Amino acid sequence: MKIEFKGWVKSGAPWVWLNAGAVSVCLIMVLGLLGLIAVRGLNHFWPSEIIQAELVGQDGSRLSIAGEVVERELVPASQIRSSGVAVAEGVEYLERYLLKLGNRDVSGSDFAWVLRVKLDKEHYPDEIVAIERREWGNLYGYLLSVNESGKEVASGSKAWGTFQDRIDRALDIYDDIYRIEKTDIGSVNYQFERLRLKQRKLELKGQNDPQTVADIEAQKAELEITYQQQQEALTKLYGEFTRDSIMVVTADGKQVEVNLGKIVRAYRPNTMELFAKIGFYFAKLWEFVADDPREANTEGGIFPAIYGTVLMVILMSIFVTPFGVVAAVYLREYAKQGLITRIVRIAVNNLAGVPSIVYGVFGLGFFVYFLGEEIDKIFFPEAFPSPTFGTPGLMWASITLALLTVPVVIVATEEGLARIPRSVREGSLALGATKFETLWRVVLPMSSPAMMTGLILAVARAAGEVAPLMLVGVVKLAPSLPLDGNYPYLHLDQKFMHLGFHIYDVGFQSPNVEAARPLVYATAFLLVAVIAVLNFSAVSIRNHLREKYKSLEV
Amino acid sequence: MGDAITESTRIDFYEAKYKRRRKVRAFIDKAASLGIGFGGISVIIAILLIFVYLLSEVLPMFKGASIEHRAHYATPLASAGKTLFLAMEEQTEIALRLTDTGQAIFFDAENGVLVKQVSLAIPQGVTVTSIAKDAPGTGLLAYGLSDGTVLLFRHKYRVSYPNDKRIITPVIEYPYGEQPLALGTEVEAIKQLAVRGQESQLVLSGANSTGELLIARFSKEEDFMSEEITLEQANNWSPQISGNIRSLALDIDQSWLFALTDKNSLNIYRLRGGEVELHSQLTLTEDVAVTEVEFLLGGISLLVADARGTVSQWFLVRDSKDNIGSWSLQKIRSFDTGNAAVGHVVSEQRRKGFLVANATGEVGIYNSTAQRSLLSEAVSEASFQHLAIAPRANAFMFESDQGQIGIWNIDNEHPEVSWSALWQKVWYESYEEPEYVWQSSAANNDFEPKLSITPLAFGTIKAAFYAMLLAAPLAICGAIFTAHFMAPAMRRKVKPVIELMEALPTVILGFLAGLWLAPFVETHLPAIFSMLIFTPLAIVLMSFIWYQLPNAMRRKVPEGWYAALLVPLIMLVAWVCISASAPMEDVFFGGDMRSWLGDVAGISFDQRNALVVGLAMGFAVIPTIFSITEDAIFSVPKHLSNGSLALGATPWQTLVRVVLLTASPGIFSAVMIGFGRAVGETMIVLMATGNTPIMDWNIFEGMRTLAANIAVEMPESEVGSTHYRVLFLAAFVLFLFTFVFNTMAEIVRQRLRKRYGSL
Repeated sequence: MKIEFKGWVKSGAPWVWLNAGAVSVCLIMVLGLLGLIAVRGLNHFWPSEIIQAELVGQDGSRLSIAGEVVERELVPASQIRSSGVAVAEGVEYLERYLLKLGNRDVSGSDFAWVLRVKLDKEHYPDEIVAIERREWGNLYGYLLSVNESGKEVASGSKAWGTFQDRIDRALDIYDDIYRIEKTDIGSVNYQFERLRLKQRKLELKGQNDPQTVADIEAQKAELEITYQQQQEALTKLYGEFTRDSIMVVTADGKQVEVNLGKIVRAYRPNTMELFAKIGFYFAKLWEFVADDPREANTEGGIFPAIYGTVLMVILMSIFVTPFGVVAAVYLREYAKQGLITRIVRIAVNNLAGVPSIVYGVFGLGFFVYFLGEEIDKIFFPEAFPSPTFGTPGLMWASITLALLTVPVVIVATEEGLARIPRSVREGSLALGATKFETLWRVVLPMSSPAMMTGLILAVARAAGEVAPLMLVGVVKLAPSLPLDGNYPYLHLDQKFMHLGFHIYDVGFQSPNVEAARPLVYATAFLLVAVIAVLNFSAVSIRNHLREKYKSLEV
Repeated sequence: MGDAITESTRIDFYEAKYKRRRKVRAFIDKAASLGIGFGGISVIIAILLIFVYLLSEVLPMFKGASIEHRAHYATPLASAGKTLFLAMEEQTEIALRLTDTGQAIFFDAENGVLVKQVSLAIPQGVTVTSIAKDAPGTGLLAYGLSDGTVLLFRHKYRVSYPNDKRIITPVIEYPYGEQPLALGTEVEAIKQLAVRGQESQLVLSGANSTGELLIARFSKEEDFMSEEITLEQANNWSPQISGNIRSLALDIDQSWLFALTDKNSLNIYRLRGGEVELHSQLTLTEDVAVTEVEFLLGGISLLVADARGTVSQWFLVRDSKDNIGSWSLQKIRSFDTGNAAVGHVVSEQRRKGFLVANATGEVGIYNSTAQRSLLSEAVSEASFQHLAIAPRANAFMFESDQGQIGIWNIDNEHPEVSWSALWQKVWYESYEEPEYVWQSSAANNDFEPKLSITPLAFGTIKAAFYAMLLAAPLAICGAIFTAHFMAPAMRRKVKPVIELMEALPTVILGFLAGLWLAPFVETHLPAIFSMLIFTPLAIVLMSFIWYQLPNAMRRKVPEGWYAALLVPLIMLVAWVCISASAPMEDVFFGGDMRSWLGDVAGISFDQRNALVVGLAMGFAVIPTIFSITEDAIFSVPKHLSNGSLALGATPWQTLVRVVLLTASPGIFSAVMIGFGRAVGETMIVLMATGNTPIMDWNIFEGMRTLAANIAVEMPESEVGSTHYRVLFLAAFVLFLFTFVFNTMAEIVRQRLRKRYGSL
């Protein structure tokens, strides 16, 4: 084989290959990133086995530890040596585990890096139990006994069955308590507040004649009675709820008593069958999608964030579609095509490139502080000094994002309108239809897929946008959902939770980042999945549309 | 059928029913075009409103100050003696006049009606010879008396709301007792006086009629229960001084004493421990008499006014080159207030601004840090005896030579911002040299916000630059291959993937960059750099090997699929680099590249640095550049490249000489739009950098960008404050920058499209 160096260079092959390499790098980056998020995000719900071992200290002391292996990595021995730990000669790399030890209330920290060489007698005991709690994270240990009102009811091998039954019972009670606290009492409080505002409003208007005031007072008294009843029911339920407890002994021999009211679930991962694990996986996944967050958002579900995101996006669509379409129709069908329309078109196009934070600043300054305060002065003087619309909230967030995405809709709709052949329009006009009738009956239906594409792209952009929302309406934890059973049902003035902001907040503002990390990955995966689906559907609608109208073009 | 036709032929279109219907249709049509026109125009106007609104929030910052006459009247109780001191309380309702007979006269600022008169506790047979005031806000004043003692007192205003009406009651208090304190041992009148009361000690300094300089330091103890203060004299000095003492000033830390002697010479004494020493002597002005020396808010800077109308700011600067503790008083900046001699200089009590009145009755408002002259206006025909400013700097009052008190309102919302303060180096108090600083808030009250946008703009450019360094080559090369060489089947799959990349929320990229990439990069630094070197090398090597392969094998994979072929190779290279990272660190960098960088190369390293931002934001920018470039290259008319190929050029030659040349404006606009996106990106920078506003090109250090700064500070900013408006300015700058960049790119693209059309 003759080596042809000159010819190779001359043919431009190295450059072509380098360019090909650039594409490959891009592809690897995208797919790798998606893979990373998917693997990390979806792994979290799988019940991992609990390892127990003895940790040998520097001075030869032994400490029994148990936990889940979260991460494994190889570290060069020199790095370990330089940190003052003795490592045998000839060893170049050491394996290191990140263990989730749980038991934060017992031992202080729930994650630890340990060198594998320092672990002795590694084994996976069948009996070890992982207990998910509402506070303090997971607890790992061995079940000793189950107690009812301080008296032991089961121990030894029977304890596990009794324990599971009683957890189910506690969870049922928890559901009742949750319903009363969140829904019933929440509603009573809400009505109280409404009455207070009503009274204040009458006062301001000077219409607080004794009759109406007495009416309101009577309503208040009625609510007070309902409230008292609910309180009583709650107290009773709480008594029931905290009746049972268990005794657990941790790997290092400490005994801990855990009240059943604090337990979300308990399982023995080391003895789980594959199907049990799959069942567990989906139960956890469901919890993630459908439950409220726990422990400063680091555990539990993200339902309020999903809910908030969806609601905000829907509201945004309601604002953005008509305005975007009207503007596009005007620009394409009604405005005189000339220099000014060209300039406007460029300007609209470019607004899509203006940083989203600028929209946030505008939304905060103009909508919240300017419009909101004016609205408060005119419509909600009774709530003064606490602002109603003069503070960031759902409505302003939706409008700000509508403004942010209106260029997307305009551009897409205009493109759709431009694609409709003249002949179709002229045919309609020739048959005697007016311009508006042509538009309404022929042009708009034909371009509706383009509007759809625009809307989907706008939704995809809005769903992932965080920076402006940080200024105009999201919070890390909203006390109630912005759409609920209390009149007027849709609370446009409330703050809401958002998936994107949830990622930022839990990932960066959380006190226990290590514990929160898997949940952040899972949230990210969910968000990416939603946006990917939206985007692909936009793309396929667009392609479909192109095919459909290809035959019409001359 | 036949019936239907006969039916329809009989239609009379001029029947009332049809006429009406036509009218309705015409009306609907008209209404719709009006409605759509109105709707369309208003949406467009709403969008343009952003620009106008941002500007309207920014502009008030650059507006100067204005003053407005409020009241004037004859000096109240002129018979009670000559005025020594004037002051106003917070609400500017009540004013105070202190006289040389020891009377405190509180009067209604609106009309001069007497509110309260207090005779100060001046012993019998003693007269007032001088007056001094402590830092504004404390309200502490001191009378120097003819028997060599000093009387300390405080003016205070109690506010109560009986029947929802505000009532302000002025009081005079003696925090150090009603007994005057002795300054020095002799019974000589105190002609000049300065006072500073701090938490633990009180320092008085005076000059008596024999020209002797006296300093007394008292340690102070406050009883928590009775709030009674007991003083104990700690030191008593009378250092040597030559010349005639004209003015004295003590700094806020009570460790420096400035004594102005004769015409313009300043003696600086240092009070340290148990001793006092003459630190230095300097001449303040060239041959011009100094008319007044006054502290700026904070008690660090001295304002020196002279007879030629110049006011200059001076403060002690620590000399960094010499040993620690070497200080020198330096002239920081000066203000030209006109040609007339400056009669009075009064500092604002909440900001680093001051009010100047000169001999011709003109008043000027200035801000020191921003070096801004906000106003200069004649308010009186006569020159002033005294000048005072309200605590909120929203009014000032003066007493003219003719015994008239005048009160004027000041409207001066944002004096601390000027073009030079925002963009240029500013010499802040206690700094060694002029610097760019962004520091918008701090814990203590004396804090002066340092609002230089330059470090933020720098951070923005830095982040965008490193992002473009990664993104531009990758995206452009990738687009070239995709548009020009890639097999259509593969192209159909690649494009949606890249489009998906564009749709990825940046919060996810930021989170991965901050929580996964940053620690990864930190522990695998050699891997990152070796990947940058070895990936292209491996690709070129692969190309060379491929070229040597027999044709039969080569034909199996056509040119258009090279990219697919390279995917496993690049992954292999990446894997090798990562696993070789630790050994490389061992061999070249003594086991830890990070500490090697710090110790050997002297480069500081942050975990969340520009490299991480460059990688993450590069990722975000790639799809933007990619799709526009790809578009530009793909839409180069085919007959051009076909012609070139037909003339015998290789595909690569065709690309470089024909296609790229034609598409270059499109590529240029792609890069500009990509840059615009990188500049405005918020979440990635917010999460992947430490958000420290430093100015350094070091790739291993972080930055703070304009956008991230807005996201961090906007929620806490007070509406309408200077800080709020500066943040709006940052948003406006971002808006303008991206808008201009994108417009330029768009125009280039439109031109290009036209050219393609003509080809």
